[in-house]
Amino acid sequence: MQPHERIGEAIAAANKEGRTGLVPFITAGYPDPDAFIDTLRAVATVGDVVELGVPFSDPMADGMTIQRSSFTAIENGVTLKWIFDQLAAAEAIDAPLVMMSYLNPLMSFGYDNLAVRARETGVCAFIVPDLPFEESAEIRGALDNEGVGLIQLVTPATPDDRLKTLANASKGFLYAVTITGITGGGAGLPGDLSEYLDKVKSVSPLPVCAGFGIRSSADVINVGKHVSGAIVGSALVEVLERGEDPAAYLQGLR
Amino acid sequence: MKSVLDASEAAALLEASIAGTLPDERGRFGPFGGRYVPETLVPAFERLEKGIALHLHSEDFQSEFRSELRTWVGRPTALTFAPRLSARWGAQVWLKREDLAHTGAHKINNAIGQAILAKRLGAKRIIAETGAGQHGVASAAACARVGLPCRVYMGAVDIERQAPNVDRMLRLGAEVFPVESGDKTLRAAIDEALREWVTDPAGTYYLIGSAVGAHPYPYLVRELQSVIGREARAQMLELAGGLPDAAFACVGGGSNAIGLFYPLLGDRDIELIGVEAGGTGGGLGQNAATLATGTPGVLQGSYSIILQDENGNVQETHSISAGLDYSGVGPEHALLQAVGRVTYVAASDQEALDALEELCETEGILTALETAHAYASAKKWAKENPGKRILIGNSGRGDKDMPTLTQYPARTNTNAAA
Repeated sequence: MQPHERIGEAIAAANKEGRTGLVPFITAGYPDPDAFIDTLRAVATVGDVVELGVPFSDPMADGMTIQRSSFTAIENGVTLKWIFDQLAAAEAIDAPLVMMSYLNPLMSFGYDNLAVRARETGVCAFIVPDLPFEESAEIRGALDNEGVGLIQLVTPATPDDRLKTLANASKGFLYAVTITGITGGGAGLPGDLSEYLDKVKSVSPLPVCAGFGIRSSADVINVGKHVSGAIVGSALVEVLERGEDPAAYLQGLR
Repeated sequence: MKSVLDASEAAALLEASIAGTLPDERGRFGPFGGRYVPETLVPAFERLEKGIALHLHSEDFQSEFRSELRTWVGRPTALTFAPRLSARWGAQVWLKREDLAHTGAHKINNAIGQAILAKRLGAKRIIAETGAGQHGVASAAACARVGLPCRVYMGAVDIERQAPNVDRMLRLGAEVFPVESGDKTLRAAIDEALREWVTDPAGTYYLIGSAVGAHPYPYLVRELQSVIGREARAQMLELAGGLPDAAFACVGGGSNAIGLFYPLLGDRDIELIGVEAGGTGGGLGQNAATLATGTPGVLQGSYSIILQDENGNVQETHSISAGLDYSGVGPEHALLQAVGRVTYVAASDQEALDALEELCETEGILTALETAHAYASAKKWAKENPGKRILIGNSGRGDKDMPTLTQYPARTNTNAAA
């Protein structure tokens, strides 16, 4: 099995148990770099797939919560290389990992090296929020060589023909952004997502996971009626920011 | 991604630059440029690209744009001979006076052009970012002129050091939104404007202020600013008796420089020199000399040269001038450096201050701190190349810099003493 196929399998396993797949997001090394692996393991005991954020100086698609966590992590010395080194030194994490990073840290690291280190450390796919499909050939080629996926994002603003292209290009899952906006918006989920999420699901050969604005078990149930998984980012980072137990919070969402 | 060109690639790309066929259909200036934006914005960029193709070179748009430039902006701006500065430098120095354009800098050329475009594209509101505040003021004025609401994102640090411009924006009816995240200067303001645009990509028009960002912005801004170089070229032939031996412009994002240089690219005997902010020294974080010291990377939508650390995090910069205080540079400048058509050098804070003072004394022109960097390097060049004809892009006036300049007391009045 290719690394990126582990993701779909983990989500399918959750669905088989009658649950919506849960994909928690944490900023790597936040709030305390020394607790990174412990935090990740705790989150992975509840999450079916874990999304790991690589901190970046210019997180232009993120709201204040993830910006703050990103800047703090950078100040504490968290880098892509550091994350790989920590993962390599730890015992394997049960859940497949997805790495979320803006493009520049990945480009700076080198795509071939990136793909190899990802496969070696259990990172099964990447989400790159400032990389549209049209610019992605080079990194996709490198990741493909190691069986590592590049997850595509679609949004309510994505036209139908483009939606099909992105759905067919995605590897791992298809990321359905629920809102036209940045992460961590205070407004929560829009009222009626049914039509949009059903449309995304109907064209996607992969499991669809919805993200942005998911904070409560009601939100998870809401999107779970239409798609296979729910991504929880800013709300979980706020839990970490307050020093609370991330696993307990995530249990409450299941 | 590739950034070093072999000799034949460089030669071909130089010819393409001069022929005006760049950017290509993927928004690339050779390896540089492109469109690295969140998926939510992709349809908005595609609409903008189509809108530009439809309107920008249409006679209808161009006649309105030309008319606004002539009757509202005050173009053509003067070409001024600088006799006393020339005598000191041992050169013939000519100044392209963008400081005389409405609102006091070249920024207005782009702002009114994009505001007219936004109106034609059916935008409900305009957002803009600003560093020194000149683009903010220009955007506020242009939005008032076309009748669209305007919000300007401005870093908290810049709000403090460019207070007069903040007040001007407010009086011109714009909302000024302080940006407290990131480095609290121009880069953070662009990030925040992009975040705002992501929340309303259909109704909002993002009026970017420099030749940076994702395609088609670097192209659009170049097209609107090239009026500087076209006018300057004709005026040099008419008033100076010939084209310059060298032309200088300051470079932050690079809009005034590309505006001056682009129409001169084909005049291969003209040495083109872009001047970046050398700040207080050569170390990372002490300057904003992106092309002189940076490395290739993706920042705010395009692949260009940026100031970054070994982990790909973008570095904070320092310059006495807010308008040059930026970690990136327009992708077309990255290409013009790579093909060897334009040389990029740096001038320090102190050199800029000295140059500003010298221009005040000799020609009675208070230039912007940004622009002063171009004078500092032109002076050095003049000393090494005596008797040459020099063109300097005087991109803006220095009134906005008074809060900064009051920290550096003026020398004794040398004119009175002499």
